[in-house]
Amino acid sequence: MKKYFFRIKRFDPEKDSSPQWKEFTVEMEPTERALDGLIKIKETIDGSLTFRKSCAHGICGSCAMKINGKNGLVCQTIIKDMPDTITLEPLQAFPVIKDLVVDMDPFFSKNELVLPYLINNEPPPERERIQSPEDQGKILQSITCVMCGSCTSSCPSYWTDKKYLGPSALLKAYRFIFDTRDRATDERLKRIITHHGLWRCHSIYNCVEVCPKEIDITSHISKLKRMAVRKL
Amino acid sequence: MTHYFDTVIIGSGLAGLRAAIEASKYGSVAVLTKLYPTRSHSTAAQGGISAALENEEPDSPEWHFYDTTKGGDFLGDQDAIEVMCEDAIRTIIELEHLGVPFSRTPEGKIAQRRFGGHTRDFGAAPVRRACYSADRTGHAIMFALFEQSELHGVHFFPEFHVLDIVVKNGKCIGVITIEIKSGEIHTFNARATLVASGGYGKVFKTTSNAFASTGDCLSILFNTGLPLEDMEFFQFHPTGLYGLGILITEGARGEGGILINGKNERFMEKYAPTIKDLAPRDMVSRAIMTEIREGRGIDGKDYVYLDLRAVDKKIIEERLPEITTFCKIYIGIDPSDAPIPVLPTAHYAMGGIPTDIDGKVLKDEKGSVVEGLFAAGECACVSVHGANRLGCNSLLDTVVFGRRAGIAIGKSLKDTEKQDISKNTVDKVINNIDGLLNAQGKEKTATLRSELQTIMMDKCSVFRNEADMEGLVKEITIIKERSKRLGIKDRGKKFNTDLLESIELGHLINVGEVIALSALQRRESRGSHYREDFPIRDDENWLKHTFAFKTERGVEFRYKPVTITRFKPEERKY
Ligand SMILES: Cc1cc2nc3c(=O)[nH]c(=O)nc-3n(C[C@H](O)[C@H](O)[C@H](O)COP(=O)(O)OP(=O)(O)OC[C@H]3O[C@@H](n4cnc5c(N)ncnc54)[C@H](O)[C@@H]3O)c2cc1C
Ligand code: SF4
Ligand code: FES
Repeated sequence: MKKYFFRIKRFDPEKDSSPQWKEFTVEMEPTERALDGLIKIKETIDGSLTFRKSCAHGICGSCAMKINGKNGLVCQTIIKDMPDTITLEPLQAFPVIKDLVVDMDPFFSKNELVLPYLINNEPPPERERIQSPEDQGKILQSITCVMCGSCTSSCPSYWTDKKYLGPSALLKAYRFIFDTRDRATDERLKRIITHHGLWRCHSIYNCVEVCPKEIDITSHISKLKRMAVRKL
Repeated sequence: MTHYFDTVIIGSGLAGLRAAIEASKYGSVAVLTKLYPTRSHSTAAQGGISAALENEEPDSPEWHFYDTTKGGDFLGDQDAIEVMCEDAIRTIIELEHLGVPFSRTPEGKIAQRRFGGHTRDFGAAPVRRACYSADRTGHAIMFALFEQSELHGVHFFPEFHVLDIVVKNGKCIGVITIEIKSGEIHTFNARATLVASGGYGKVFKTTSNAFASTGDCLSILFNTGLPLEDMEFFQFHPTGLYGLGILITEGARGEGGILINGKNERFMEKYAPTIKDLAPRDMVSRAIMTEIREGRGIDGKDYVYLDLRAVDKKIIEERLPEITTFCKIYIGIDPSDAPIPVLPTAHYAMGGIPTDIDGKVLKDEKGSVVEGLFAAGECACVSVHGANRLGCNSLLDTVVFGRRAGIAIGKSLKDTEKQDISKNTVDKVINNIDGLLNAQGKEKTATLRSELQTIMMDKCSVFRNEADMEGLVKEITIIKERSKRLGIKDRGKKFNTDLLESIELGHLINVGEVIALSALQRRESRGSHYREDFPIRDDENWLKHTFAFKTERGVEFRYKPVTITRFKPEERKY
């Protein structure tokens, strides 16, 4: 067991007019997760500390926040890889509800704009639609997104334009446009090339740096850009 | 605030979503979920979903039917199992058409792999029946169904925590919830209510389950006097990451991984000579615990190894990328180079809310149903999994029976009158919340929860016996008493997770108690329920489902016969 210091940006909507930094010290095994630290604080020091969690192993996307200045999942952050002081803040650019919990509605609602479902009005075959492993390879990274919001929250283009679709919704568009079974490419492309869409991405790569699933989001967006130039 | 919908669905896992798509064809649908929809635990499912597609080799729904029955140690109802296995192929093709990115064979068909207890020719040898999307099958299906539900106009209420399901005069009329963000109470009046609230692995200390898997709705219904079926059957998955309980999919053994003990022996050869490491989970978990008890854990410690070093690196990269990442992040090893330390982890609830094959909730062992109330998915007990579920059959169960429940709901709507939940009923819920918020007791939620989880794990997991469980029941009673003296720190209204966890604690205690009592009364060993003091399966006395009821005299038991149509119970050997 070793002592770790947590600096946490807290905000109680019923008491505080602005966020406040609070410090906590907990004993932890170096192999534990930052999420375990939060849980320990909540269980033993301050039950009112508020954060989201569910799967605890990086697959549900609940626990994204800013960890020592960089967005990520606390359940995937092992303490021994961190400095002795761990600083946690809510994801930036989304409205804070309480402590480390932000309102994700603005983030999720972006997806709806890109028609996030397979569209194919041809009569379905009796069995599965055939898709070669190579063709599936094109969407393989994009389907691993867990919708944690780390990317969009770290994107300077999103900071200045909250109507911007953001990396995650563009990745979603990619996921369907490059799925050989889908037939709505043109419709989707039209939707993403608007004023608040594709061309707002200036390849700053913040998203790629923070994505906990290590998705090369920017290269996916670049492929969309090339396709848009070619087709439209 | 009061809402009205034709159908209200609790839970946005695969069962809830599949039902929502179907029910939306008949009327308005609201899905209430305590998480953001895609955060539901279904998204964590790794290994696959079963169907005899025959894309890789000969297979048949009948073999699937047999394997499921035998895997469940003959406790499953065979009419229901047949329905599921017969519908499996159609179900997978439908999911593919809805956009699920299944992994592919070189010809571009849905790829399939081996899994525990999946065999050809009635047990002759392993068969490739598991359809998968690498090792993120749940995630892949989850997104497809969520996106389709939105397309179908389903209304989502994310982060709405269900506090009560209102059953009045034998009829369910709706649900009372708290909107987590605001702390406001929202009432949903509905013609039909579907419970799809998932599992309750958080009753145990080491589990593969998410924090949200706390059995809230089972406990709520049990408190209204409705029965819970076969609660003694809880599956411990053999390969949880040591110390953490994070799941390493059985697909890892399906792709060629083997279990080894401290003497470097492939010990499953002893326990299941024909299918070895691909034996059903209850048998593998017992084998691991036996090896450990007899001193053959790794370095004499309490774990064994799952060894993937002989599996082609490319296969690991392509088909098991997620678990590879888990191993690297959480224990700092690459499974291609080093064996993975594993130990059984609490994984899946076979028992739950009794239903018929259309998701209608049963109010007794005779088969009478509760009007307006349906259940599907892990929270329900149809029962297709009997005393032990086979891998990949749960995802299939959620989609097959979720859809059937959706259809049954649709058909029931026109004959059901809408009824409003009374102010009185809502006030009672509000008073309870206020009581908790103002409670000044000395007991802490986290302490009681951890004590409960520890004793459940110690005394009611892979091996069980009368003395331990009697002690367990006494201890649970004490924890229950203490939980009446809770004090919570957060007294705010908005996003009060301290409050919600305290409510969940009450449900965990309730569910833990039913599990313990059900396990205590079943004096035989069958599937996941292994009694050291009654090590033999006893078909003469115990080939029957347990129905637990809460009464004024305490928990009481009644029994329902098992439906046997095709396969007579036989000794379970692999
Ligand atoms: C790690 C892991 C891997 C697995 N892998 C496989 C596999 O490969 N193949 C397979 O067949 N099975 C697998 N399983 C089992 C399978 O994933 C689950 O049994 C199944 O997904 C359960 O789905 P569900 O729809 O019933 O519930 P869940 O997906 O658990 O959803 C429950 C829903 O209920 C909601 N809810 C619960 N309580 C409340 C409340 N009080 N108020 C509001 N909402 C509430 C939750 O928010 C959630 O939306 C796996 C399980 C685990 C844990
Ligand atoms: S792309 Fe990566 S960072 Fe963005 S939401 Fe998906 S998983 Fe999170
Ligand atoms: S808790 Fe699920 S991603 Fe962290």
